[in-house]
Amino acid sequence: MTYRTRKMAWSVNCLLQKYEDPSSNHQNPVFPWFGLDIGGTLVKLVYFEPKDITAEEEKEEVESLKSIRKYLTSNVAYGSTGIRDVHLELKDLTLCGRKGNLHFIRFPTHDMPAFIQMGKDKNFSSLHTVFCATGGGSYKFEQDFRTIGDLQLHKLDELDCLIKGILYIDSVGFNGRSQCYYFENPADSEKCQKLPFDLKNPYPLLLVNIGSGVSILAVYSKDNYRRVTGTSFGNMMSKEKREAASKEDLARATLITITNNIGSIARMCALNENINQVVFVGNFLRVNTIAMRLLAYALDYWSKGQLKALFSEHEGYFGAVGALLELLKIP
Amino acid sequence: MAERGASGGGSGGDSLDKSITLPPDEIFRNLENAKRFAIDIGGSLTKLAYYSTVQHKVAKVRSFDHPGKDMEQEHEPPYEISVQEEITARLHFIKFENTYMEACLDFIRDHLVNTETKVIQATGGGAYKFKDLIEEKLRLKVDKEDVMTCLIKGCNFVLKNIPHEAFMYQKDSDPEFRFQTNHPNIFPYLLVNIGSGVSIVKVETEDRFEWIGGSSIGGGTFWGLGALLTKTKKFDELLQLASRGRHANVDMLVQDIYGGAHQTLGLSGNLIASSFGKSATADKEFSKEDMAKSLLHMISNDIGQLACLYAKLHGLDRVYFGGFFIRGHPVTMRTITYSINFFSKVTVASFLSLGTVTCGLGLGQGEVQALFLRHEGYLGAIGAFLKGAEQDNPNQYSWGENYAASSGLMSTSPELCPTQRARSGTFDLLEMDRLERPLVNLPLLLDPSSYVPDTVDLTDDALARQYWLTCFEEALDGVVKRAVASQPESIDAVERAEKFRQKYWSKLQTLRHQPFAYGTLTVRSLLDTREHCLNEFNFPDPYSKVKQKENGLALKCFQSVTRSLDSLGWEERQLALVKGLLAGNVFDWGAKAVSDVLESDPQFGFEEAKRKLQERPWLVDSYTKWLQRLKGPPHKCALIFADNSGIDVILGVFPFVRELLCRGTEVILACNSGPALNDVTYSESLIVAERIAAMDPIICSALREDRLLLVQTGSSSPCLDLSRLDKGLAVLVRERGADLVVIEGMGRAIHTNYHALLSCESLKLAVVKNAWLAERLGGQLFSVIFKYEVPT
Repeated sequence: MTYRTRKMAWSVNCLLQKYEDPSSNHQNPVFPWFGLDIGGTLVKLVYFEPKDITAEEEKEEVESLKSIRKYLTSNVAYGSTGIRDVHLELKDLTLCGRKGNLHFIRFPTHDMPAFIQMGKDKNFSSLHTVFCATGGGSYKFEQDFRTIGDLQLHKLDELDCLIKGILYIDSVGFNGRSQCYYFENPADSEKCQKLPFDLKNPYPLLLVNIGSGVSILAVYSKDNYRRVTGTSFGNMMSKEKREAASKEDLARATLITITNNIGSIARMCALNENINQVVFVGNFLRVNTIAMRLLAYALDYWSKGQLKALFSEHEGYFGAVGALLELLKIP
Repeated sequence: MAERGASGGGSGGDSLDKSITLPPDEIFRNLENAKRFAIDIGGSLTKLAYYSTVQHKVAKVRSFDHPGKDMEQEHEPPYEISVQEEITARLHFIKFENTYMEACLDFIRDHLVNTETKVIQATGGGAYKFKDLIEEKLRLKVDKEDVMTCLIKGCNFVLKNIPHEAFMYQKDSDPEFRFQTNHPNIFPYLLVNIGSGVSIVKVETEDRFEWIGGSSIGGGTFWGLGALLTKTKKFDELLQLASRGRHANVDMLVQDIYGGAHQTLGLSGNLIASSFGKSATADKEFSKEDMAKSLLHMISNDIGQLACLYAKLHGLDRVYFGGFFIRGHPVTMRTITYSINFFSKVTVASFLSLGTVTCGLGLGQGEVQALFLRHEGYLGAIGAFLKGAEQDNPNQYSWGENYAASSGLMSTSPELCPTQRARSGTFDLLEMDRLERPLVNLPLLLDPSSYVPDTVDLTDDALARQYWLTCFEEALDGVVKRAVASQPESIDAVERAEKFRQKYWSKLQTLRHQPFAYGTLTVRSLLDTREHCLNEFNFPDPYSKVKQKENGLALKCFQSVTRSLDSLGWEERQLALVKGLLAGNVFDWGAKAVSDVLESDPQFGFEEAKRKLQERPWLVDSYTKWLQRLKGPPHKCALIFADNSGIDVILGVFPFVRELLCRGTEVILACNSGPALNDVTYSESLIVAERIAAMDPIICSALREDRLLLVQTGSSSPCLDLSRLDKGLAVLVRERGADLVVIEGMGRAIHTNYHALLSCESLKLAVVKNAWLAERLGGQLFSVIFKYEVPT
């Protein structure tokens, strides 16, 4: 699989427009820099906003590019469903010799046609930009991108992106804080504490990605990982808990049930693989402390303290980050 | 009986209106002698167990005091037959809906004559709820037993005692049920009990098991979420909804994410990527059916995945599923099986990459098997009973399912069985007879774990099934007549015979619609069911008088037959002996034309039968090889399974035995413990041997010197299951070092054991006395099977 990714990266490279990177001999791709992860339910978009634009660059910057930058960075909501997770923004990041901020945006997959339409309206294709995309939707919507938006999509392997993304984001930290954390005393509301965790020895690692479904990876190094199992039993109906207050009990019961289930499967995979650090990621965990604490508790209890449940601040965005890294050929 | 409904037991008004559809004395049978009660009260079903004794008429044979004198009188029978009462032990299990609880308890109290019983063992979640009611009604103290211990005891019991207890469920195949032959060692296994939640238990030995995991997502989840989603409160209705639904309308499939199948990754577009994934974003109404189906898939997949992970973690390949969530529902078994197959078979390599689609764990092809149990619903009650009956050592005995009284596996699917609901959806019975002798494998089986007694699986072979069912239907009148004729002194014989007819007829009809009702359907099971039904109505041995007469006639010819054999040269004699065995085998009770002739002139009849035989080369003919073998050193000890009474055993088998004895081979002659058709029984064989010994010095000395041993098989079947034989026989076979097994007759050597592999030499011989079967085997009526095999 890694071979396939390399090949894709190479083909991406062929299409890159010439842009001199002052810090290296590499050519940087043209702006805008996007990474896209089109999941079954949500689209995750990361956008790098360069903050070191020179006056000369500013002058040369075409109108459409400027308008995109302004549109994305000055708003926190797009249309009725798009949201920028401002609290996740990574500031003063250096990417390919450029300094800037990394923005994290999400919108429902069913709004994908509107997104493509917007690309067409804003004349994205004239920028000759490359859309690096991962997730199942990169296959499903590839033709729409081409025929409607006149945009070429570069499909990337989603597990590769996921792992690259998580390792990269962990390495840059979270604006000076730790990216990775765990819960102490997860069962006790009074004493429960969220504490930073230093993932200095990341391998081996069991990576549990809870999106629409769940997939579980055993990661032995950056390029050596294996999908252990998966389930179709993800965050089904988790939206109910936001639907109506009168359904609180039901929603909580459902949440607990599903979370315990995922925890139990993850624990057995960890046992089968003989791995003791388990990182849970994916949008199921977004603003979902109940689930995280449950997972932490379940893992700790059943493993008699042998297994540690770890979490990461940027939960669901790693695939998109990985896609962006592929665009920039950052290993 | 008036139905009053259980206090607090019923949930809906309509469920209280039900009346018991069968006369209760046909349900709670043999209550007057019942002792040791156990009860398993689940969420909706109650299972009652009790031990009782059954009084049966049995035909006994006894030698006259002065046999020598009787022999001289032309028309005197060789021995006398008397009908006696015998008491046997039987376990009764009854399953009924909780709604009937109070009515059932009243009935039991009114009919319980034996009041020695003080305690009732109780298990199941409802044991608390009904404790007071039971104690008040039955005046028995309720002793609570641990649910899991009972479940596992029950599971071990059925796996050990009921052949074809476990089955795999195969969607879209005919039959959908594929029964497993019992493995000689049932341990270790994984038991996944899906009740409200899921318990996963690893069972290592009779007494050692470990709860290794569980899940809160189980039958209760399906029921609860299903009720919330569809407003349908009844479990069975939810399943009905599910069986009509299309989950793809609710679930997010691979093709919904990728736009189609994923060629590179080899993923089918139809795989579920996210259960209920579509309902989160689509603004539309979903049908109840679709949601129920999606929910069923979700829960079954999840349980299957967990079960696979645990099986893998503990290195187990047999996973039995039980609990009310399964309860014989095809749609549930189908989804569980699908899930297990998926998680156990799919290899890692082909599923490395997709984020949301399930994949395997690196298990080999089919490494984990999803197995279901025919008596799954009874496990708790059986286990609770066994706990209470420990002082009777029920585990020391072998038990057999009584086909006459047991309901058999009912499919709850209306598509599979449209008549079932109307018939009796409310009461289900299982009865098990305690067998007099413990049964074990024949030590000479080459591989006991792969031994399958039956030659043709009628569940599998629809053509053969139709033929044999019709064949047994057509023969029924004759059997009824024979039964009546066997008891001329009885005033109610006609009435009982009529009841027998109805019983067996209805069994045959059940089997037409549900061939899987009692495990794999075979000619043997059809024959055995008939024997059970005859016994049920006190026709223990309809052929006793026929056998008596035939034995008498044949005994008169014994000496002339042996004289004529002795006059032959060695090689001629060997062929004559084999032909004698085969000609004797023509005298199956079915071959009526032959036995008519026999009555007028027995000598002529035997010769006539010989002439009826196919000329060599026979249909299967390894006689030359056998003759070659006889020219070599004698066998140490031969085990011979005899077939019919009369000419067969006396003029066919005994001369053959005599020749073996003369060669220096010891002989173990095995006959049925109980009667079946006109097969010679062990007690008859004793008399016959005694009478022959009086005429023949060779047999006489062999009997005296224990070189000829008569034993019983432990069976009362016209067929032969070499995995369930009398322990005494097995011990003797081992002690004497038997190195030749001779199996004679259609039932034992063709319907069963035709393909059986033994670790020593074997001779299977029979005359095909059924035109249809002969044609199937590529021959004609009276074709000869002579199969001599030497293990490689």
